Formats: sequence, C-alpha cells, structure tokens
Amino acid sequence: MTARQRILQKLRERRGGPLKAPAADLAIVSERDWQPEEKLALFTQMIESVQGEVHRVDRTHWCDELASLLAQRHIQQLLIPRQHTVGQQIRDAADQAYSAWPRLRHYDQTIEQWQPELFHEVDAAITSTRGAIAETGSLILWPTQDEPRLASLVPPLHIAVLEADQVYATFHEAITTQQWANGMPTNALLISGPSKTADIEQTLAYGVHGPKALLVLILESSAPDASYKDNIQ
Amino acid sequence: MKTETAQTPVKIYPPKPDKVYFYGTCLIDLFYPDAGMAGIQLLEREGIEVIFPEGQTCCGQPAYSSGYHDQARSVAASQLNLFPEAWPIVVPSGSCGGMMRQHYPDLFADTPQSSQANAIAARTWELTDFLLHVCHIQLKDLGEPTTVAMHTSCSARREMGVAEVGPQLLSQLANVTLVEQARAAECCGFGGTFAIRHPEISAAMVSDKADSLVDTGATRFVTTDCGCLMNIHGHAEQSHKPIQGEHILSFLWQRTGEAHS
Amino acid sequence: MTTDTAVRDFHPRAHAALNNPQIRANFRKAMDGLMSKRQQAFEGWALDTLREQGAKARLRALAKLPELLEQLETQLTANGIQVHWAESPDEACRIIREICEARGAKSVIKGKSMVSEEMHLNAYLEAHGIEALESDLGEYIVQMAEETPSHIIMPAIHKNTGEISELMHHKTGTQRSQDVEYLTASARQQLREKFMRADVGLSGVNFAVAETGTLCLVENEGNGRMTTTVPPCHIAVTGIEKVVEKLEDITPLLALLPRSATGQHITTYVNMISGPRQPEERDGPEAVHLVLLDNGRSDIYQDDELLDTLRCIRCGACMNHCPVYTRVGGHTYGTTYPGPIGKILMPHLIGLDEGRHLPSASSLCGACGEVCPVKIPIPKLLVRLRREAVDGDQLHPSQMSGHGVKRQRFEVMIWQSWAWLNQHPRLYRLATRITTRLRKLQPHRLGAWTRYRTAPRLAPKTLHEQMSERQRGKPLAEVKR
Ligand code: SF4
Repeated sequence: MTARQRILQKLRERRGGPLKAPAADLAIVSERDWQPEEKLALFTQMIESVQGEVHRVDRTHWCDELASLLAQRHIQQLLIPRQHTVGQQIRDAADQAYSAWPRLRHYDQTIEQWQPELFHEVDAAITSTRGAIAETGSLILWPTQDEPRLASLVPPLHIAVLEADQVYATFHEAITTQQWANGMPTNALLISGPSKTADIEQTLAYGVHGPKALLVLILESSAPDASYKDNIQ
Repeated sequence: MKTETAQTPVKIYPPKPDKVYFYGTCLIDLFYPDAGMAGIQLLEREGIEVIFPEGQTCCGQPAYSSGYHDQARSVAASQLNLFPEAWPIVVPSGSCGGMMRQHYPDLFADTPQSSQANAIAARTWELTDFLLHVCHIQLKDLGEPTTVAMHTSCSARREMGVAEVGPQLLSQLANVTLVEQARAAECCGFGGTFAIRHPEISAAMVSDKADSLVDTGATRFVTTDCGCLMNIHGHAEQSHKPIQGEHILSFLWQRTGEAHS
Repeated sequence: MTTDTAVRDFHPRAHAALNNPQIRANFRKAMDGLMSKRQQAFEGWALDTLREQGAKARLRALAKLPELLEQLETQLTANGIQVHWAESPDEACRIIREICEARGAKSVIKGKSMVSEEMHLNAYLEAHGIEALESDLGEYIVQMAEETPSHIIMPAIHKNTGEISELMHHKTGTQRSQDVEYLTASARQQLREKFMRADVGLSGVNFAVAETGTLCLVENEGNGRMTTTVPPCHIAVTGIEKVVEKLEDITPLLALLPRSATGQHITTYVNMISGPRQPEERDGPEAVHLVLLDNGRSDIYQDDELLDTLRCIRCGACMNHCPVYTRVGGHTYGTTYPGPIGKILMPHLIGLDEGRHLPSASSLCGACGEVCPVKIPIPKLLVRLRREAVDGDQLHPSQMSGHGVKRQRFEVMIWQSWAWLNQHPRLYRLATRITTRLRKLQPHRLGAWTRYRTAPRLAPKTLHEQMSERQRGKPLAEVKR
C-alpha cells in the first residue's frame, strides 16, 4: 500500500465513527448594507490605514494625475500592460504629452528573458484590478499574460487602477458575484497595502520584499451615473 | 456522533427562590470559613433559607484537573446526592462552581448518574452572580471610605462568566472606590497543582499579579476565589508587598452587615 | 538533526528564561501589543458568531476529510499541480529532496512554513547538499542565529533590534543600526539576489480548497509571493488537515486569522495559487508540487475529543494570550509549536512520553480557549492529555499510544486516599476538625508553595463546625468574623 492509501484508509476507518458536517451560515461575513459611497470611503480608510495612498480621479483625465504622481516620485521606468485599456490610455497620453513621461515598458517576454531588468531597472508598475473589497481595503488582482504576477510585486512602486463602481463590500461578495468557484486563474491575489514586516521587535517597516509604496487610482465619472444617484436616495 | 462545536451553555437565571443549597468548598471550609459565613449571611439577609448539606466535602476538581478522573468521579458522585430538592446550589467560588457547572456533565457522561449530574450542573451558581442577578441585591455601604482592587479568578471569569459581577457589586458600595489593575484578565498563577509542578513559572505569574495590584495604589484587594487569595496574598506577605487580600464575600458582609448596625 | 528530544529539559530552560530579563521584557512587550491589537481588530464584530462559523468551516472540512483530500488531489492534478503524500516527516523530506534532485536543484528559498519546521527540513536538505534559505524576515534572522522560531507567526520575537543588528552585522556585514527600516532594506537586498537565483521555492499553505484545487497563502512581506512565483519550481508542504471544502469556507477563516494573529484586518497579501505557469503566461513556476504530511494527524483524527486539535489555523493567538508562554517564551517548550497549541498538538507528533511535561505546564486559566478563533477547547484538551498521561479514567479508557507514561504508584495512592477521605463525610469532618485544632503546629514550610508564598493559615473552626454549632443553637456571636 502507498502512503496515500494508508492515510486515506485510516481516515475512513475512523474509530469514532462518521462525522456529521455542520451547515454553513456565512451571513456574518457577507451581509453588509453599504451604499457605494460608503464602500468607497471605507475602502479608502482601510487601505490608507496600512500605508496605501488613494487618489480619486476623473476618468477623463486620470493620466494627467498619473503623470504628476510619477514626476513627483522621479519614476524612470514604468511597466504598463500592452493590451489593457489602462496601458493604451497611458501610451496615448504619453504620446501627446508636453512634459516628459517615464520610459514605458511592457512585460512582453518571459521573466527568464528580462529578470535583471525587471528587478533592477523598472521602478514602478501599473496594473488594472478586478475590483476591491471595502471591508478590508483590498485590491483584487488576477494576473494575466498582459499583466503578469511579478508586475505587482517586484518594482518598488505599484500603482493600481480601480473602477469606482467595482468596490465590493466583502471578500464573500466578491467571490460569489464574480463566481470564482467556477474557475480560478493560476494565481489570484488580494493586495492590501505595500509589502511590510513587523518581524524586528514589532516595528513596522514597509517594502520588505515587495513594493515599498502602493498607489490606488480610483477612476470616477465626473457626472455621477444614474444608478449611483438612485442608490444614494 | 460528533456534530457540533463546543458551546458554552447559556445562563438562564432562575426566579429568586425560598431556599438554596450552600456548597462551601474545601478551601473555605479549612482556611476561609469566614468567607463562607459571610456568604450565608448575605443570602439570609435576602430572605433566603440556606441549607448546608452536612455530607459536603470536595467537588472533585483537584483530581479532575490532574487527570485522575476515576478518583474525581467517585468523590463527585458522593456529592451528587446532597441536593435532592430542585433548589439552586450556590458556591462561593468560581473554580468549584465551574467544576460542577461545566465539568460534571463531561465527568459523568456515559454513566448512570449522567442526567443527575447535568441537572446539578444546570442549577449551580457562583454566589456573587447569584446575589446580583437572582437576588437583585441592593447593598448599603456602612463602612469608612476606602479603596480596593479586585481580582476575578480565571474560572469565575471564563467558566462562570461573572467577570462583571464583582465590580458591579462593589460599585453599589458608596464609600468604596474600585481601582482596576493592569492586565486584569491575566491569571495569578495558582492553577492548583500547577503551582506545585511548575513553581517558578507560577511564582513569576503571581509576582506580576501582586505588582499590578500594588500599582493600583490600593492596599487591599478582593477576589472571588480562595485559590487566588492564598496565592496572591501569600506571595505579597512573603515578599513584603503592600497589598492584602480578602474574599469578596467577607468584604461585602463587613461593609454592609449587622456588625455596623 | 535538531529534534524535539529536548522537551524534557523544560524546567531548566524555564528557569533560564525566567531569569533572563531581556527575554522576559521582549515577550511581555510583544504579547501586550498583540493582545490589544487583536482586541481592536475585532471591534464591532459579533465575535462569538464569527468564531462559531470559523469552527464550523473547519469541522465541515474534517467531517469529510478523506473525501476532500481526494477531491483536492483530483482538482490540483487537473490544474497541473502534482500531489505527494507522506506519512512521516522523513518521508516528506525525502519526497522534497527527490523533486529537487530530479531538477538538479541546488538551492531552495523558503517562505514561512511551520510544517517544514516540523520536518526539520532545512537540516535535512543541507545534509544532502541542498542549500535551504529562509526568506521571511523573522525566519531569516532565526536561521542566521542558528536557532528555531520562538513563535509560529513571529519567529524572531524573542530578539530585540539591538540583538538583530548585531547578528546581521556578524553574518552579513550589515552596519550596526537601531533603524529597523535600514535593517529591513539590507535584508531585502540580500534576499532579492537569492530569489533570482534559487532553483526551488518552498512554502506552506494556510488553506487548501478542495472545490477549486487552490492553495491559499497569507503573508505581509511579499516573500511568500516571491517564493511561489520567481523560482522555476514551487513546492508547497502542508498537513493533511489544512483542506477546506469550498472556496467560500475560507471567508470566515480569513476574517479570523489575521485579526487573531496580529490584529490586522487582512494580511497585505492573500495569494491563491491554482496552477503552474501556463504556456501563454510570462512568469510563475513551471512546476508546482503539494506535499501532504500526516505525521500523527490521522491518529488525532480517530478521537472525537482530540479531533478539535485539527481545527487549528495556526494563528498564534493562544500563545499571545498565554500567561505561561509570555513568561517563559517559545524556546522553553523545546517543540516546533510552542504555547498552548503546542501543548495539545506536540504530544501527538512526538509521543506522549516525549511530550509528557507539556500538558501540565498550564494553570488552566482558559485564556487560550477564550481567544481561539476556531473555538478549540484547549484547556479541556489539556486535561484530557493529563488524563491520558496518568491513565486516569477506567471508564473512558485511554486511547493514545504511550498513555499512562506518567502514572506513578505513589501519586495514584495519594489521590486514592484523597478520594477515600472525601467520600466519607464523617471522617472528612473529623479530619478537618483535628487539623484545625492542630493549627498551632501548622508547618511554615510547604515545599514549593512556601518558596514564594506564606502558607495559608488554618481557620480555628471549619465552616462545617460553625454551621453545625449554629444549627444546634449556639449564638452566632461566637463565630469569629
Ligand atoms: S489553537 Fe486556536 S488560537 Fe492557537 S494557534 Fe490554533 S487556531 Fe490559533
């Protein structure tokens, strides 16, 4: 018999007899009664409490805001997605810009082909998100071919673009609404702030293995759309 | 078949009875009978007749906690018959109360006494809890102004769920200022045989406990349990720390009892 | 190989720790901070309901454990993750070595994994010529110091900044500094180079979801993500109990784990891995393995009461709230898992004989059980293990192997006499009465008790006597108040 068979057999022939599985009642982690504006406010409060930086920007000129944030931080090389609209809009903005943009880079090769550059040269990366979670201040990312896993991890600055209407109240709401259980990507992530540690005498230090800073750009439409208004009343 | 996670049974206080059984506990019997008498007199003043079963010895807890369940069960079994009527059983100790209320059902599981043990568990009450929530006692303070600290035993706090009771009773005393110690919920290090098996660790714990009581500025503390009392008071005495302990029942009776009238 | 055999030296180590002011101060400060952070993190929550759901999610998984393990294996395999089974730590070590050897791997970079500590994997790999480097900052420090973790969540909690700075200076040439940012940045730099070159990344698992074939890892530093993403091969190791049935089952557990552990609402990263790099993907490991370790867990599984031990989600809250752990620190226990969870888990992993002192090292204060996010009745399990150790219940015969290791005839006799006396109320009353009459002769020294305390003084009259006098009509005034 293999180890597998022996372990499973032992579990099956449990001395105490069969066990009954108690039913789930997940209301405590799912039922929230928050309006969109409340969710945005809570998300902001939560992620800021762990050193995330939030900028609510109008979608018509968010790239201007981005440009000034990058300039403030003297970013030299910015990793952007090639296909996602986030990347396209940045390229367009950079093309038309009067002022200088960082060098824009794409994750076109496998990591093995450009590991030293990614690790040593790229000093910021921008990615899209699949939404966020208000309760914990978390961004949801499903890395793709266009926005691979290490984009949000290796460069010292990670900028995440979040659509204002994509904020879920809870993690439970996010996974059920987006039906995660029907098919998970190879890697799914919740990101709540920049990388940190308290391993040295409980003292918080940021940027231990991942980004030292996390910026969240929340894209809003200047005229709040109708559904928002309905909800607020 | 196991189906559920362990749940602390919900406390449903009975209406105020005419009579109660008083279960004195072995430490009170030998070392702190005054606290026992104080408890009895407080109950009587509330108009309750106190029955003190003569056959009472020990609830069995020392053997139970040490793993000697056969011995614990035989002692506990000899106590089960002391309470034939359906009156509440009141215990001036969170620890012995906890044994009877929380552990008797386990100890007697799969035995003929199981239902008897469960019934006794359900009508066992920690005495201060009983005074406050069943008797709705109103204390009239007759003493001089004073300051005390309080230490609620771990079993009173966690097994009997009475952490709020002592402070609430003390707050009824107009001339008593209650000061709270740092880390109030932390164990004093008694733990029965723990103090003997791991004397150094126990000593470190009781030393810290006495220090935080001293740090309140009070020179006296009251407690729900004799184990904590002899541990903390004894340590303070031995190491000349300026704090003395007393059972909360003795304190309540002194402040409000007929001695003052 | 460092083993858990040092368990029996519990007392000398406790003595040393209690007399080390630095250790005492480091732990006290850390535990105080963790307790208050936890409390704040649960403000506004119906905590008892949440813990109940956490416990149920774990119990649901355990109720179907063999089926779920098979489902997990099927799903993971379909996702391209290879599953291995190991009954013993040695077997798990061997599996990992073989995976490394087949790839010609010479270096392993590790994310935090308590199961790998349980296996003493680092020492094993080193002995076989494979470098194993810890990348979690706390583990990295502990490894440099050639020590073991003193806490399951914060491995280097026993050290202060000065000690760490000194250590890093000696081992890596980092300049001495009290600046935690600087020390952290220095570690980052050194470890990044290692990540880029490592052949294998090795991690633990917090929850393995059977429904989707997903391995969930929570962490703050990002080293877990590095470990599972940068090297070409990722090996995850976990105990067989870590499976949960559905993805949504992790929601109450994820609400509980970081809040209980460090008082965070969520960890910086929740990393959910469901497969290796796909052909079109540009990063991620090309091979992912999961090693499922039993190591005594299937024994625990046999017993209805002990089973609760397997609900543990390794949050460390029980140690943060343990007055004994706070005093003696993690190393005193001499076990992979210290503190309350260690006391109820280790006897199954290393045997009741080897771990015989663990269950007694508790005042049964109940703080651990009160905070445990999955409601493990730790004090009750400690009593159960004490009973197993002395074989103290003929009605419920002992089940664990090694039961009765602590049974001593003398001690049994004492308890038997105690029981006999307490079953004979007349004799009890006579004996206590005589005792009080002899109070003048009461010894002032009572062994260990009076080393640190005065002896409690016998009352002049027992409560029994006072009550019977009262019933016989003696006036109350005679009773001393
Ligand atoms: S026993 Fe409970 S409190 Fe302790 S580590 Fe496990 S889950 Fe956390």
